[in-house]
Amino acid sequence: MRQFKRAVLILEDGTTFEGKSFGYEASTSGEVVFNTAMTGYPESLTDPSYEGQILVTTYPILGNYGVPPRRERDDVSEYYESDHIHCRAIVAQDYSYDHSHWQADRSLAQWLKEEKIPGIYGIDTRQLTKHLREHGSMLGKIVIDGCDDVDFYDPNRENLVGKVSCREVEYHGAGEKTVVLVDCGVKHNIIRCLTRRGVKVVRVPWNYDFTTIPYDGLFISNGPGNPDMAEETVGLIRKAMEIGKPICGICMGNQLLSKAAGAKIYKLKYGHRSHNQPVRRVGSNQCFITSQNHGFAVDNETLPADWEPLFINMNDGTNEGIRHKTKPFFSAQFHPEASSGPKDTEFLFDEFINLL
Amino acid sequence: MRNENIKKVLLLGSGALKIGEAGEFDYSGSQALKAMKEEGITTVLINPNIATVQTSDGFADKIYFLPVTPYFVEKVIRKEKPDGILLAFGGQTALNCGVELYRSGILEKYGVEVLGTPVQAIMDTEDRELFVKKLDEIEVKTIKSEAVNSIHDARVAAEALGYPVIVRAAYALGGLGSGFCDNEEELVALVEKALAFSPQVLVEKSLKGWKEVEYEVVRDRFDNCITVCNMENFDPLGIHTGESIVVAPSQTLSNEDYHWLRKLAIKIIRHIGIVGECNVQYAFDPTSMDYRVIEVNARLSRSSALASKATGYPLAFVAAKLGLGYGLFDLKNSVTKETSAFFEPALDYIVCKIPRWDLGKFHGVRREIGSSMKSVGEVMAIGRTFEEVIQKGLRMIGQGMHGFVGNNQRDLPELEHALKEPTDKRIFAIAQALFKGYTVDRIHELTKIDKWFLYKLQNIINTASELREFNDLEAIPEALLRQAKEQGFSDFQIAREIYQENLTEPEKALLQVRDRRKQLGILPVVKQIDTLAAEYPAQTNYLYLTYNGRENDVQYLHDHRSIVVLGSGAYRIGSSVEFDWCSVNALLTVKKEGWRSVMINYNPETVSTDYDICDRLYFDELTFERVMDILDLEQPHGTILSVGGQIPNNLATRLDAQNINILGTTARSIDNAEDRNKFSAMLDRLGIDQPRWRELTSMDDINEFIDEVGFPVLVRPSYVLSGAAMNVCHNQEQLTRFLRLAANVSKQHPVVVSQFISSAKEIEMDAVAQNGEIVAYAISEHIEYAGVHSGDATIQFPPQKLYVETMRRIRKISRQIAKALEISGPFNIQFLAKNNDIKVIECNLRASRSFPFVSKVLKINFIDLATRVMLGLPVEKPSKNAFDLDYVGIKASQFSFSRLQGADPVLGVDMASTGEVGCIGTDSAEALIKAMVSVGNRIPAKAVLMSTGTAKQKADLLDAAHELANRGYTIYATGGTHAYLNDNGIPAIRVYWPSQPDMQPQAIELLHDHKVDMVVNIPKNFSTTELTNGYKIRRAAIDLNIPLMTNARLASAYIDAFTTHPLDEIEIKSWDEY
Repeated sequence: MRQFKRAVLILEDGTTFEGKSFGYEASTSGEVVFNTAMTGYPESLTDPSYEGQILVTTYPILGNYGVPPRRERDDVSEYYESDHIHCRAIVAQDYSYDHSHWQADRSLAQWLKEEKIPGIYGIDTRQLTKHLREHGSMLGKIVIDGCDDVDFYDPNRENLVGKVSCREVEYHGAGEKTVVLVDCGVKHNIIRCLTRRGVKVVRVPWNYDFTTIPYDGLFISNGPGNPDMAEETVGLIRKAMEIGKPICGICMGNQLLSKAAGAKIYKLKYGHRSHNQPVRRVGSNQCFITSQNHGFAVDNETLPADWEPLFINMNDGTNEGIRHKTKPFFSAQFHPEASSGPKDTEFLFDEFINLL
Repeated sequence: MRNENIKKVLLLGSGALKIGEAGEFDYSGSQALKAMKEEGITTVLINPNIATVQTSDGFADKIYFLPVTPYFVEKVIRKEKPDGILLAFGGQTALNCGVELYRSGILEKYGVEVLGTPVQAIMDTEDRELFVKKLDEIEVKTIKSEAVNSIHDARVAAEALGYPVIVRAAYALGGLGSGFCDNEEELVALVEKALAFSPQVLVEKSLKGWKEVEYEVVRDRFDNCITVCNMENFDPLGIHTGESIVVAPSQTLSNEDYHWLRKLAIKIIRHIGIVGECNVQYAFDPTSMDYRVIEVNARLSRSSALASKATGYPLAFVAAKLGLGYGLFDLKNSVTKETSAFFEPALDYIVCKIPRWDLGKFHGVRREIGSSMKSVGEVMAIGRTFEEVIQKGLRMIGQGMHGFVGNNQRDLPELEHALKEPTDKRIFAIAQALFKGYTVDRIHELTKIDKWFLYKLQNIINTASELREFNDLEAIPEALLRQAKEQGFSDFQIAREIYQENLTEPEKALLQVRDRRKQLGILPVVKQIDTLAAEYPAQTNYLYLTYNGRENDVQYLHDHRSIVVLGSGAYRIGSSVEFDWCSVNALLTVKKEGWRSVMINYNPETVSTDYDICDRLYFDELTFERVMDILDLEQPHGTILSVGGQIPNNLATRLDAQNINILGTTARSIDNAEDRNKFSAMLDRLGIDQPRWRELTSMDDINEFIDEVGFPVLVRPSYVLSGAAMNVCHNQEQLTRFLRLAANVSKQHPVVVSQFISSAKEIEMDAVAQNGEIVAYAISEHIEYAGVHSGDATIQFPPQKLYVETMRRIRKISRQIAKALEISGPFNIQFLAKNNDIKVIECNLRASRSFPFVSKVLKINFIDLATRVMLGLPVEKPSKNAFDLDYVGIKASQFSFSRLQGADPVLGVDMASTGEVGCIGTDSAEALIKAMVSVGNRIPAKAVLMSTGTAKQKADLLDAAHELANRGYTIYATGGTHAYLNDNGIPAIRVYWPSQPDMQPQAIELLHDHKVDMVVNIPKNFSTTELTNGYKIRRAAIDLNIPLMTNARLASAYIDAFTTHPLDEIEIKSWDEY
């Protein structure tokens, strides 16, 4: 039999799951969340929105196609969503020690070890997911045989946005128009989606006062954690709303824009953590399959009179985006940049660019 | 949002099951009918396949057991005046018929609207040239091919493309007439054949070795699109997807790959303008993101049935609703009932489909698998590791294999060749190679199978090798035992690895393994398929078992209110949709009577595995081990084994030994009927005659027995369903040759030799008894004499040519047997009758293949009755019987020889048909014409080629020949037949056998030139020349798509029927009008 170290996942309510370690051998802790995507572990692991979280993949077999090389193209990672893994650990039912893909240059295990991230398999991830679904995401830790125990860690007490945001202003792409991108933990594919459309992207830290620089449009990125931690950004968005240039937001960006507009955010009973979330454009028969990863939603009822919902989730009727009735401000709760997930809503980038 | 003008809809079924078009269309059609019913729309169904669920009471409002051909469909349209027609639910048969009706303006003439995908879009996908052009418009890459209409043009095209090339016939099912050609010689042979089926043939560059990936895509009329499932073939391009092991979801595609192909699929469906469902098949380069679209099927398909079962998303149901004008946003996810139908299922398990072949049943067939489909059925295994599903699946196909390892397989000769040139056994060649130390890299080089799959298979081999190091069960570490179960090892496989050659009592050993692992708490858990991977709560009854998990999704009440019905497993020759009909009807009765209905089955092509047909569906194995696992959890009131054919029936004794409550006839009685010795002794006791037989172990004993009874004799092994390895031997040479083969098949089993009675009638008794007393029965009669397997024979019910005396004696014997075996439930007895001399040949204490046929003709549901009996409910004897019927039902068999290259299309005691139809007529001639046309015969227009066998058979066909001559048919005949016809004053043109190559005209050339439109070829004797001559002509008829008759009695009946009943006098009546 293959040699492995025993690893135990312990949830804060005392539930334990015993598995086998295949990644870096050190205990860790964080908030345990799941995603039902069937592909895209390199993208998810490097997605800054997963900062501080232990990711459970419901698709039972992990690591099949290895990991693509760490390479940059036009100042952003070519295959990843940031320059390192943000998840604190990854949990699956079955791990493929041997992978097969022409793009892979190493196995998932090797990558996890390089980045000092634990991975465990042999877990009943369906049972775990049902548990997390009913109890909401909860804290957990992974203790590996022979490694020191660790304390539970609650990432939501931290300002995660501040933690993952860039430290300095960065420039990407070229073009006549300038888009300020507020980095709340931006996925690289948002940058790629913007620069591919021929605009100059000025990527600024989450609390940078971008109103001091000239721009044609404002883009607020996705990001991890509780939107209440990013009040500074909300204040800056309010200023931008006064300036009146086009604004677009994604995920955390949607929540921050909503807050800036005056709406309230609440925690969902069942979070949206999948590649198969259906949304409908309000007032139309147009429906889209979207990639999502969020546990908070904008309360439609609290949207001020000059705002309206742009998209609605077809499963639970929750808000999936808002827009201003007269001004060029809109945002989406889902991920039009996909990566990982379906690319059906990438046209939103075009809609934004057309407003500039 | 729906189109309110549609009040009545016509649905075209797919007819008899055939290779490439099987039970999956019963499932899709049933779903579509359900969708229509929900809308209050009146439904009219045309489908001659009487054994299907869709042609049952309560599914369609009007059912026509008529051929799905433009001629008959037009007649029904004229009579029924439907507002709309559904073409996408009856496979290629319905689609082709629909396209013809559209082209000839019939749909327009009667104002029938095509619901769902417009016909133009269908034509755009069906015609290769149009298809390529259409995708060129949106810069989507296709496999470029040259459309040619002649052999010469094909040669030029292939030369330009460079060999190897692939040849495809346009407008053909499942790759009929398709294949790879490495050189010009192969090309010419294939193109000629393909041109016989289709006016257009395509020659294209081969992409052997690329991955094959498929997406199931849905679109509504508002342009909303989803991909419900993607699937990846284990076997790379070059093997038809129907012949390939397939997994869902894809395993070796990265997120980028997956969504790249998904996006293209949506782009394609939008451009073509599908409304409903289609699939997109890709060839995908394993070393880049390059791709080619192989094809798009603008209809429900085998893949869509598989995808529905793999994901829980009812594609056919949704497609039918979209055809009525709904948007996807109007519909709900039928599993969660709350979330939207506009979503893409997330799987938290893996499924594996494995085809089931029956190539061993055919003489002369080529075992290589390739771009044309040969498999007759498929299974789907669900689990949470690839190792688990491949092993489960290999057990499910039911060909004596225990999984990937642990099989009693002889080493394959020429292993490298077996890896390189795939056959139905390639997966086992891989096992052998891995055991022999071949590396994954080497096997990949030879097979081009993606290494990911091979690594996983290597894991299984590694575990098997570790188990082998122990020779004591107790010594195996718990972790290793658990790992083996997680990788899908059965208890038997584990026992075999431990004890190897010392495994003398397998039954005992596997029970020991079972006890041991139960002791250690190594138990499977039940998981739900909920379409959303547990993201939202769902009340679903769609279940599977896995060792990769620790929590059951189901809270068992242990209230003993469940009735478990065991299904029929993979469709195969001898067991197909008829047992699905039986299973479904048993479930419906169980439910109606207030019990919880529980199904176990693993065939994705069935209706019984539709999760809304029962209260709980276990999509899992029908092995003793798995059935016991489920019964342990379920703790049912009882279990029904008698409606799923031979697979459940064979479990009776073993389940009984575990004190399982088997409902109906006892396991002991079942054994008394199945065990030849016990059964024969019982018949002797009752004074019931049977053909003389003996169970023998040596050649001397056999010869001695034959000296007593004389040739011909029937030679067979025991415990068979459809006559596998059974043969009639007419002389010593044949006997010796066959016994060598049979001995190889089952060494430890003695050979049973029986007297074979020529020119005897074969009669079937299908009945239901309660406590040994017959409640309802149906006696039917074969048109062919005994010697044609009952599954291949043409059967009429009620019997038309039996003596009253014969009938009376059959009833009496049946009553005696029912009483002696204390039968409670369904049973079937087969009889031979010659001059009122009645012999019993077989008795099965379970539902038989003909149950749906007799139930529907008699309009008494035998399974409903039998199930009520098994539930212990009182049943009344139905008041009507077959004598009251003023119509006749004919059941005819569908053969798929055209797909089985090289197979001799002659009928014998071994079953060869893949499906059947049942048609009703005012007299038997009318019913026979409908049935024969339904199984693909055309009524000949001008000329018939006859070679009519022995003197007796020639005489049998004389009247028929007269009638042909009288009606102006040209008769071509080979030597003996020609002379015989001339002597009897019938004009005929002499033609020559292939063994007389210097003489003209040659029979075969006549066929190639399409100068005849029917061939009657009755094998005369069994000499080698005769067989070869006859074979060549029969095979040519099949390859050139010319209707062929090989049985004198059937040929005579058919010729008599079509010469006396003109087609336009045939009545168009629905089932309820009889």
